[in-house]
Amino acid sequence: MNEPQLQPQTSAWSMYRAIVGIGVFCALIIVIVYQSTAARIADNQARFLAAAISEVLPATQSTIPVNISDDGRLQTVDESPALPVFLAYDESNILVGAVITGQGMGYQDNIRVLYAYSFDIDAITGFKILESKETPGLGDRVEIEPHFLANFEALDASLNAEGSGLQNPIVTVKQGAKTEPWQIDGITGATITSEALGDILNKSANIWVPVLERDANLIEPAQGVEE
Amino acid sequence: MARKQVTTTDEFVKGLWRDNPVFVQVLGMCPALAVSNTAMNALAMGLATTFVLLMSGLSVSLLRNLIPREARIVCYICIIATFVTSVDYLIMALSLELHRALGAFIALIVVNCLILGRAEAFASKHNPGRALLDGLGMGVGFTLALLFIGVVREILGSGSIFGFSVFPDTFQTWTIMVLPSGGFFAMALWLLIVNWLKKRKEEAEKLTTEVLT
Repeated sequence: MNEPQLQPQTSAWSMYRAIVGIGVFCALIIVIVYQSTAARIADNQARFLAAAISEVLPATQSTIPVNISDDGRLQTVDESPALPVFLAYDESNILVGAVITGQGMGYQDNIRVLYAYSFDIDAITGFKILESKETPGLGDRVEIEPHFLANFEALDASLNAEGSGLQNPIVTVKQGAKTEPWQIDGITGATITSEALGDILNKSANIWVPVLERDANLIEPAQGVEE
Repeated sequence: MARKQVTTTDEFVKGLWRDNPVFVQVLGMCPALAVSNTAMNALAMGLATTFVLLMSGLSVSLLRNLIPREARIVCYICIIATFVTSVDYLIMALSLELHRALGAFIALIVVNCLILGRAEAFASKHNPGRALLDGLGMGVGFTLALLFIGVVREILGSGSIFGFSVFPDTFQTWTIMVLPSGGFFAMALWLLIVNWLKKRKEEAEKLTTEVLT
Protein backbone atom coordinates (compact mmCIF):
# COMPACT_ATOMS: atom_id res chain seq x y z
CA MET A 1 0.00 0.00 0.00
CA ASN A 2 2.98 2.32 -0.45
CA GLU A 3 1.35 4.29 -3.13
CA PRO A 4 0.78 7.81 -3.65
CA GLN A 5 2.76 9.34 -6.40
CA LEU A 6 0.12 11.91 -7.12
CA GLN A 7 -0.42 12.14 -10.81
CA PRO A 8 -2.27 15.09 -12.24
CA GLN A 9 -4.56 13.13 -14.56
CA THR A 10 -7.42 12.92 -12.04
CA SER A 11 -9.25 16.22 -11.98
CA ALA A 12 -10.06 17.92 -8.70
CA TRP A 13 -13.74 17.63 -9.58
CA SER A 14 -13.71 13.84 -9.73
CA MET A 15 -11.82 13.71 -6.44
CA TYR A 16 -14.43 15.91 -4.74
CA ARG A 17 -17.22 13.96 -6.37
CA ALA A 18 -15.84 10.67 -5.12
CA ILE A 19 -15.04 11.78 -1.58
CA VAL A 20 -18.21 13.82 -1.01
CA GLY A 21 -20.33 11.16 -2.73
CA ILE A 22 -18.92 8.40 -0.56
CA GLY A 23 -19.29 10.60 2.53
CA VAL A 24 -22.99 11.08 1.79
CA PHE A 25 -23.46 7.39 0.99
CA CYS A 26 -21.80 6.40 4.30
CA ALA A 27 -23.77 8.96 6.29
CA LEU A 28 -27.02 7.64 4.83
CA ILE A 29 -26.19 4.07 5.79
CA ILE A 30 -25.27 5.05 9.35
CA VAL A 31 -28.46 7.08 9.76
CA ILE A 32 -30.61 4.21 8.47
CA VAL A 33 -28.95 1.66 10.74
CA TYR A 34 -29.09 4.02 13.74
CA GLN A 35 -32.77 4.80 13.22
CA SER A 36 -33.75 1.19 12.81
CA THR A 37 -31.85 -0.05 15.86
CA ALA A 38 -32.38 2.87 18.29
CA ALA A 39 -35.61 1.58 19.87
CA ARG A 40 -34.22 -1.91 20.32
CA ILE A 41 -30.98 -0.59 21.86
CA ALA A 42 -32.90 1.65 24.30
CA ASP A 43 -34.96 -1.41 25.31
CA ASN A 44 -31.83 -3.48 25.86
CA GLN A 45 -30.23 -0.69 27.88
CA ALA A 46 -33.26 -0.36 30.14
CA ARG A 47 -33.28 -4.10 30.74
CA PHE A 48 -29.54 -4.09 31.34
CA LEU A 49 -29.87 -1.23 33.86
CA ALA A 50 -32.67 -3.02 35.72
CA ALA A 51 -30.54 -6.16 35.93
CA ALA A 52 -27.55 -4.11 37.07
CA ILE A 53 -29.63 -2.48 39.83
CA SER A 54 -30.69 -5.86 41.19
CA GLU A 55 -27.08 -6.96 41.01
CA VAL A 56 -25.63 -4.07 43.03
CA LEU A 57 -28.55 -3.97 45.48
CA PRO A 58 -30.20 -7.42 45.47
CA ALA A 59 -32.98 -6.45 47.91
CA THR A 60 -34.43 -4.00 45.37
CA GLN A 61 -38.05 -4.61 44.38
CA SER A 62 -38.96 -1.17 43.09
CA THR A 63 -37.13 2.05 42.31
CA ILE A 64 -37.86 5.76 41.97
CA PRO A 65 -35.62 7.85 39.71
CA VAL A 66 -34.51 11.07 41.41
CA ASN A 67 -32.34 14.09 40.72
CA ILE A 68 -31.20 17.23 42.51
CA SER A 69 -33.31 20.33 41.89
CA ASP A 70 -31.82 23.77 41.24
CA ASP A 71 -32.18 24.69 44.92
CA GLY A 72 -30.31 21.55 45.98
CA ARG A 73 -33.27 19.40 47.10
CA LEU A 74 -33.86 15.80 46.13
CA GLN A 75 -36.84 15.42 43.77
CA THR A 76 -38.43 12.65 41.77
CA VAL A 77 -38.19 12.74 37.99
CA ASP A 78 -40.35 11.14 35.33
CA GLU A 79 -37.64 10.25 32.93
CA SER A 80 -34.20 9.06 33.98
CA PRO A 81 -31.42 11.44 32.93
CA ALA A 82 -28.19 10.32 31.29
CA LEU A 83 -26.69 9.45 34.68
CA PRO A 84 -29.72 8.11 36.54
CA VAL A 85 -29.97 7.85 40.32
CA PHE A 86 -32.62 5.72 42.00
CA LEU A 87 -34.01 5.25 45.45
CA ALA A 88 -34.46 1.53 45.97
CA TYR A 89 -37.25 -0.06 48.02
CA ASP A 90 -37.79 -3.66 49.12
CA GLU A 91 -41.05 -5.60 48.86
CA SER A 92 -42.56 -3.88 51.91
CA ASN A 93 -41.73 -0.47 50.41
CA ILE A 94 -38.97 0.21 52.89
CA LEU A 95 -36.05 2.27 51.66
CA VAL A 96 -33.07 -0.09 51.35
CA GLY A 97 -30.60 2.20 49.66
CA ALA A 98 -29.80 4.29 46.65
CA VAL A 99 -28.35 3.21 43.35
CA ILE A 100 -26.20 5.90 41.76
CA THR A 101 -24.58 6.19 38.34
CA GLY A 102 -21.20 7.88 38.18
CA GLN A 103 -19.03 8.76 35.24
CA GLY A 104 -15.49 9.91 34.67
CA MET A 105 -12.47 9.64 32.45
CA GLY A 106 -10.55 6.37 32.55
CA TYR A 107 -7.41 5.51 30.63
CA GLN A 108 -9.03 5.20 27.21
CA ASP A 109 -12.46 6.74 27.41
CA ASN A 110 -15.29 7.52 29.79
CA ILE A 111 -16.10 4.88 32.38
CA ARG A 112 -19.67 4.65 33.63
CA VAL A 113 -20.30 2.84 36.90
CA LEU A 114 -23.32 1.94 38.98
CA TYR A 115 -22.97 1.68 42.75
CA ALA A 116 -25.25 1.09 45.68
CA TYR A 117 -25.24 3.26 48.81
CA SER A 118 -26.62 1.80 52.00
CA PHE A 119 -28.33 4.17 54.47
CA ASP A 120 -27.89 1.60 57.26
CA ILE A 121 -24.13 1.42 57.29
CA ASP A 122 -23.30 4.66 55.41
CA ALA A 123 -21.21 2.78 52.89
CA ILE A 124 -21.00 1.78 49.27
CA THR A 125 -22.14 -1.83 49.18
CA GLY A 126 -22.28 -2.77 45.52
CA PHE A 127 -20.48 -1.81 42.36
CA LYS A 128 -20.73 -2.62 38.68
CA ILE A 129 -19.12 -1.14 35.59
CA LEU A 130 -21.76 -0.22 33.05
CA GLU A 131 -19.51 0.98 30.30
CA SER A 132 -15.77 0.99 29.81
CA LYS A 133 -13.30 0.75 26.97
CA GLU A 134 -10.27 0.13 29.16
CA THR A 135 -7.32 -1.84 27.82
CA PRO A 136 -8.26 -5.52 27.56
CA GLY A 137 -6.18 -7.61 29.95
CA LEU A 138 -5.00 -4.57 31.96
CA GLY A 139 -7.52 -1.85 32.78
CA ASP A 140 -10.53 -4.07 32.29
CA ARG A 141 -9.38 -6.25 35.20
CA VAL A 142 -11.26 -3.85 37.49
CA GLU A 143 -14.38 -5.76 36.43
CA ILE A 144 -13.15 -9.23 37.39
CA GLU A 145 -10.29 -9.01 39.91
CA PRO A 146 -11.78 -10.47 43.15
CA HIS A 147 -9.59 -8.45 45.56
CA PHE A 148 -10.60 -5.24 43.79
CA LEU A 149 -14.32 -6.06 43.82
CA ALA A 150 -14.03 -6.92 47.53
CA ASN A 151 -13.38 -3.18 48.11
CA PHE A 152 -17.03 -2.49 47.44
CA GLU A 153 -18.56 -4.86 49.97
CA ALA A 154 -18.57 -1.98 52.47
CA LEU A 155 -16.62 1.04 51.29
CA ASP A 156 -17.03 3.72 53.92
CA ALA A 157 -18.84 6.84 52.67
CA SER A 158 -20.01 8.38 55.94
CA LEU A 159 -20.68 12.10 56.09
CA ASN A 160 -18.79 14.75 58.00
CA ALA A 161 -20.34 16.40 61.07
CA GLU A 162 -22.00 19.16 59.01
CA GLY A 163 -23.39 16.65 56.54
CA SER A 164 -21.98 18.65 53.63
CA GLY A 165 -19.62 16.05 52.22
CA LEU A 166 -17.77 12.82 52.93
CA GLN A 167 -15.88 12.57 56.21
CA ASN A 168 -12.96 10.92 54.42
CA PRO A 169 -12.44 11.17 50.67
CA ILE A 170 -12.60 7.85 48.83
CA VAL A 171 -9.13 7.24 47.43
CA THR A 172 -7.41 4.43 45.60
CA VAL A 173 -4.19 3.22 47.19
CA LYS A 174 -1.50 0.89 45.87
CA GLN A 175 -2.34 -2.79 45.81
CA GLY A 176 -1.98 -4.20 49.33
CA ALA A 177 -1.69 -0.76 50.99
CA LYS A 178 -5.33 -0.44 52.08
CA THR A 179 -5.57 0.29 55.79
CA GLU A 180 -8.80 2.30 56.12
CA PRO A 181 -12.37 1.37 55.16
CA TRP A 182 -12.67 4.35 52.78
CA GLN A 183 -9.63 3.34 50.76
CA ILE A 184 -9.80 1.28 47.58
CA ASP A 185 -7.14 -1.37 47.20
CA GLY A 186 -5.88 -0.75 43.65
CA ILE A 187 -4.65 -3.16 40.99
CA THR A 188 -1.02 -3.25 39.93
CA GLY A 189 -1.04 -2.95 36.14
CA ALA A 190 -4.36 -1.13 36.15
CA THR A 191 -3.24 1.87 38.18
CA ILE A 192 -4.88 4.56 36.07
CA THR A 193 -8.20 2.76 35.81
CA SER A 194 -8.40 1.92 39.51
CA GLU A 195 -7.47 5.48 40.46
CA ALA A 196 -10.04 6.81 38.01
CA LEU A 197 -12.71 4.68 39.67
CA GLY A 198 -11.76 6.02 43.12
CA ASP A 199 -12.05 9.52 41.71
CA ILE A 200 -15.44 8.85 40.09
CA LEU A 201 -16.85 7.38 43.31
CA ASN A 202 -15.43 10.17 45.47
CA LYS A 203 -16.84 12.96 43.27
CA SER A 204 -20.20 11.30 42.79
CA ALA A 205 -20.62 10.33 46.46
CA ASN A 206 -19.66 13.85 47.58
CA ILE A 207 -22.52 15.24 45.51
CA TRP A 208 -25.14 12.58 46.16
CA VAL A 209 -24.66 11.18 49.65
CA PRO A 210 -25.31 14.48 51.53
CA VAL A 211 -28.52 15.14 49.56
CA LEU A 212 -29.71 11.53 49.82
CA GLU A 213 -29.06 11.35 53.56
CA ARG A 214 -30.97 14.60 54.13
CA ASP A 215 -33.92 14.15 51.76
CA ALA A 216 -34.37 10.47 50.83
CA ASN A 217 -36.92 9.88 53.60
CA LEU A 218 -39.04 12.77 52.32
CA ILE A 219 -39.76 11.00 49.05
CA GLU A 220 -43.02 9.08 49.08
CA PRO A 221 -42.28 5.36 48.48
CA ALA A 222 -45.84 4.60 47.29
CA GLN A 223 -44.95 6.11 43.93
CA GLY A 224 -42.36 3.34 43.44
CA VAL A 225 -42.23 1.87 39.97
CA GLU A 226 -42.31 -1.94 39.90
CA GLU A 227 -39.16 -3.42 38.38
CA MET B 1 -2.82 -15.47 -4.88
CA ALA B 2 -0.26 -16.15 -7.56
CA ARG B 3 -2.35 -18.89 -9.11
CA LYS B 4 -5.02 -18.21 -11.67
CA GLN B 5 -8.55 -18.03 -10.43
CA VAL B 6 -10.55 -20.24 -12.70
CA THR B 7 -14.00 -20.77 -11.25
CA THR B 8 -16.25 -18.72 -9.01
CA THR B 9 -16.28 -21.55 -6.49
CA ASP B 10 -12.54 -21.16 -6.26
CA GLU B 11 -13.08 -17.51 -5.31
CA PHE B 12 -14.97 -18.70 -2.25
CA VAL B 13 -12.92 -21.74 -1.35
CA LYS B 14 -9.51 -20.06 -1.43
CA GLY B 15 -10.29 -18.10 1.75
CA LEU B 16 -11.14 -21.26 3.62
CA TRP B 17 -7.86 -23.05 3.18
CA ARG B 18 -5.28 -22.05 0.56
CA ASP B 19 -5.29 -18.34 1.42
CA ASN B 20 -6.83 -18.57 4.89
CA PRO B 21 -6.53 -15.07 6.35
CA VAL B 22 -5.34 -16.18 9.78
CA PHE B 23 -3.42 -19.41 9.28
CA VAL B 24 -1.83 -18.63 5.89
CA GLN B 25 -1.80 -14.86 5.37
CA VAL B 26 -1.45 -14.23 9.13
CA LEU B 27 -3.65 -11.12 8.89
CA GLY B 28 -5.94 -9.65 11.52
CA MET B 29 -3.90 -11.03 14.40
CA CYS B 30 -5.17 -8.46 16.91
CA PRO B 31 -8.77 -9.74 17.07
CA ALA B 32 -7.69 -13.33 16.36
CA LEU B 33 -5.59 -13.42 19.51
CA ALA B 34 -7.53 -11.03 21.71
CA VAL B 35 -11.17 -12.02 21.32
CA SER B 36 -10.73 -15.78 20.95
CA ASN B 37 -10.79 -16.56 24.70
CA THR B 38 -14.16 -18.27 24.34
CA ALA B 39 -15.78 -19.96 21.35
CA MET B 40 -18.76 -17.60 21.55
CA ASN B 41 -16.64 -14.43 21.45
CA ALA B 42 -14.62 -15.89 18.57
CA LEU B 43 -17.76 -16.73 16.61
CA ALA B 44 -19.30 -13.30 17.20
CA MET B 45 -16.13 -11.46 16.20
CA GLY B 46 -15.78 -13.70 13.11
CA LEU B 47 -19.36 -13.05 12.02
CA ALA B 48 -19.05 -9.29 12.63
CA THR B 49 -15.87 -9.23 10.53
CA THR B 50 -17.53 -11.32 7.81
CA PHE B 51 -20.41 -8.86 7.65
CA VAL B 52 -18.01 -5.92 7.29
CA LEU B 53 -15.95 -7.82 4.68
CA LEU B 54 -19.04 -8.63 2.62
CA MET B 55 -20.59 -5.18 2.75
CA SER B 56 -17.37 -3.24 2.20
CA GLY B 57 -16.34 -5.61 -0.62
CA LEU B 58 -19.69 -5.13 -2.31
CA SER B 59 -19.64 -1.33 -1.90
CA VAL B 60 -16.04 -0.95 -3.04
CA SER B 61 -16.73 -3.12 -6.05
CA LEU B 62 -19.89 -1.20 -6.97
CA LEU B 63 -18.18 2.17 -6.56
CA ARG B 64 -14.83 1.13 -8.05
CA ASN B 65 -15.24 3.22 -11.21
CA LEU B 66 -16.14 6.30 -9.21
CA ILE B 67 -13.18 6.13 -6.82
CA PRO B 68 -10.04 7.81 -8.19
CA ARG B 69 -6.77 5.94 -7.59
CA GLU B 70 -5.28 8.75 -5.53
CA ALA B 71 -8.16 8.89 -3.08
CA ARG B 72 -8.88 5.19 -2.84
CA ILE B 73 -7.50 4.48 0.64
CA VAL B 74 -9.51 7.27 2.27
CA CYS B 75 -12.64 6.08 0.44
CA TYR B 76 -12.12 2.44 1.45
CA ILE B 77 -11.51 3.37 5.09
CA CYS B 78 -14.62 5.55 5.08
CA ILE B 79 -16.73 2.69 3.68
CA ILE B 80 -15.24 0.14 6.08
CA ALA B 81 -15.76 2.46 9.08
CA THR B 82 -19.39 2.92 8.07
CA PHE B 83 -20.09 -0.79 8.17
CA VAL B 84 -18.16 -1.23 11.40
CA THR B 85 -20.35 1.47 12.98
CA SER B 86 -23.40 -0.34 11.61
CA VAL B 87 -22.27 -3.67 13.01
CA ASP B 88 -21.64 -1.96 16.36
CA TYR B 89 -25.27 -0.77 16.49
CA LEU B 90 -26.55 -4.14 15.29
CA ILE B 91 -24.67 -6.01 18.03
CA MET B 92 -25.96 -3.53 20.63
CA ALA B 93 -29.48 -4.18 19.39
CA LEU B 94 -28.87 -7.92 19.50
CA SER B 95 -27.27 -8.24 22.93
CA LEU B 96 -25.60 -5.71 25.20
CA GLU B 97 -23.79 -8.52 27.03
CA LEU B 98 -22.15 -9.61 23.79
CA HIS B 99 -21.33 -5.99 23.00
CA ARG B 100 -19.62 -5.64 26.36
CA ALA B 101 -17.69 -8.89 25.88
CA LEU B 102 -16.33 -7.77 22.50
CA GLY B 103 -15.69 -4.32 23.93
CA ALA B 104 -13.18 -2.15 22.13
CA PHE B 105 -12.52 -4.81 19.52
CA ILE B 106 -15.63 -4.06 17.47
CA ALA B 107 -14.38 -0.57 16.71
CA LEU B 108 -10.97 -2.04 15.92
CA ILE B 109 -12.41 -4.06 13.01
CA VAL B 110 -11.83 -0.83 11.04
CA VAL B 111 -8.09 -1.35 11.21
CA ASN B 112 -8.17 -5.08 10.55
CA CYS B 113 -5.81 -5.18 7.59
CA LEU B 114 -7.66 -8.16 6.19
CA ILE B 115 -10.62 -5.94 5.24
CA LEU B 116 -8.62 -3.12 3.70
CA GLY B 117 -6.43 -5.76 2.05
CA ARG B 118 -9.40 -7.44 0.34
CA ALA B 119 -10.87 -4.08 -0.73
CA GLU B 120 -7.55 -3.04 -2.27
CA ALA B 121 -6.39 -6.36 -3.70
CA PHE B 122 -9.66 -7.82 -4.86
CA ALA B 123 -12.93 -5.89 -4.62
CA SER B 124 -11.55 -2.80 -6.40
CA LYS B 125 -10.59 -4.91 -9.42
CA HIS B 126 -13.53 -7.31 -9.75
CA ASN B 127 -17.28 -7.26 -10.27
CA PRO B 128 -19.66 -7.24 -7.27
CA GLY B 129 -20.52 -10.94 -7.58
CA ARG B 130 -16.91 -12.07 -7.36
CA ALA B 131 -16.17 -9.50 -4.65
CA LEU B 132 -19.04 -10.90 -2.56
CA LEU B 133 -17.81 -14.48 -3.02
CA ASP B 134 -14.28 -13.47 -2.11
CA GLY B 135 -15.50 -11.58 0.97
CA LEU B 136 -17.67 -14.49 2.02
CA GLY B 137 -14.82 -16.98 1.59
CA MET B 138 -12.35 -14.84 3.50
CA GLY B 139 -14.94 -14.07 6.18
CA VAL B 140 -15.85 -17.72 6.69
CA GLY B 141 -12.15 -18.63 6.69
CA PHE B 142 -11.48 -15.95 9.31
CA THR B 143 -14.46 -17.05 11.43
CA LEU B 144 -13.42 -20.71 11.28
CA ALA B 145 -9.86 -19.85 12.23
CA LEU B 146 -11.03 -17.76 15.20
CA LEU B 147 -13.42 -20.51 16.19
CA PHE B 148 -10.63 -23.13 16.07
CA ILE B 149 -8.47 -20.97 18.35
CA GLY B 150 -11.45 -20.12 20.58
CA VAL B 151 -12.54 -23.74 21.01
CA VAL B 152 -9.05 -24.87 22.07
CA ARG B 153 -8.75 -21.98 24.51
CA GLU B 154 -12.19 -22.46 26.00
CA ILE B 155 -11.85 -26.24 26.38
CA LEU B 156 -8.49 -26.01 28.14
CA GLY B 157 -8.99 -22.68 29.88
CA SER B 158 -12.58 -23.02 31.10
CA GLY B 159 -13.34 -26.73 30.54
CA SER B 160 -16.31 -25.96 28.31
CA ILE B 161 -17.45 -25.33 24.72
CA PHE B 162 -19.94 -22.52 24.10
CA GLY B 163 -20.51 -22.46 27.85
CA PHE B 164 -21.37 -26.19 28.08
CA SER B 165 -19.13 -28.08 30.44
CA VAL B 166 -17.19 -30.89 28.78
CA PHE B 167 -15.06 -32.14 31.65
CA PRO B 168 -15.94 -33.49 35.08
CA ASP B 169 -15.67 -31.00 37.95
CA THR B 170 -12.33 -32.46 38.96
CA PHE B 171 -10.73 -31.02 35.79
CA GLN B 172 -8.14 -28.40 36.66
CA THR B 173 -8.59 -25.59 34.12
CA TRP B 174 -5.52 -24.08 32.48
CA THR B 175 -6.13 -20.45 33.35
CA ILE B 176 -3.28 -19.36 31.11
CA MET B 177 -5.30 -20.36 28.04
CA VAL B 178 -7.94 -17.66 28.65
CA LEU B 179 -5.26 -15.06 29.35
CA PRO B 180 -3.65 -13.22 26.41
CA SER B 181 -0.67 -15.57 26.27
CA GLY B 182 -3.05 -18.51 25.74
CA GLY B 183 -3.99 -16.93 22.42
CA PHE B 184 -0.42 -17.24 21.25
CA PHE B 185 -0.19 -20.87 22.39
CA ALA B 186 -3.40 -21.86 20.61
CA MET B 187 -2.38 -19.89 17.51
CA ALA B 188 1.04 -21.61 17.45
CA LEU B 189 -0.60 -25.02 17.79
CA TRP B 190 -2.90 -24.41 14.82
CA LEU B 191 -0.12 -22.89 12.69
CA LEU B 192 1.93 -26.00 13.38
CA ILE B 193 -0.90 -28.31 12.33
CA VAL B 194 -1.82 -26.29 9.22
CA ASN B 195 1.77 -26.01 8.04
CA TRP B 196 2.43 -29.68 8.66
CA LEU B 197 -0.65 -30.61 6.62
CA LYS B 198 0.35 -28.22 3.82
CA LYS B 199 3.85 -29.60 3.69
CA ARG B 200 2.60 -33.15 3.61
CA LYS B 201 0.26 -32.30 0.74
CA GLU B 202 3.04 -30.55 -1.19
CA GLU B 203 5.33 -33.52 -0.80
CA ALA B 204 2.62 -35.89 -1.96
CA GLU B 205 2.02 -33.67 -5.02
CA LYS B 206 5.75 -33.55 -5.76
CA LEU B 207 5.94 -37.31 -5.54
CA THR B 208 3.00 -37.72 -7.93
CA THR B 209 4.60 -35.35 -10.46
CA GLU B 210 7.89 -37.23 -10.26
CA VAL B 211 6.17 -40.56 -10.75
CA LEU B 212 4.19 -39.22 -13.71
CA THR B 213 7.27 -37.81 -15.42
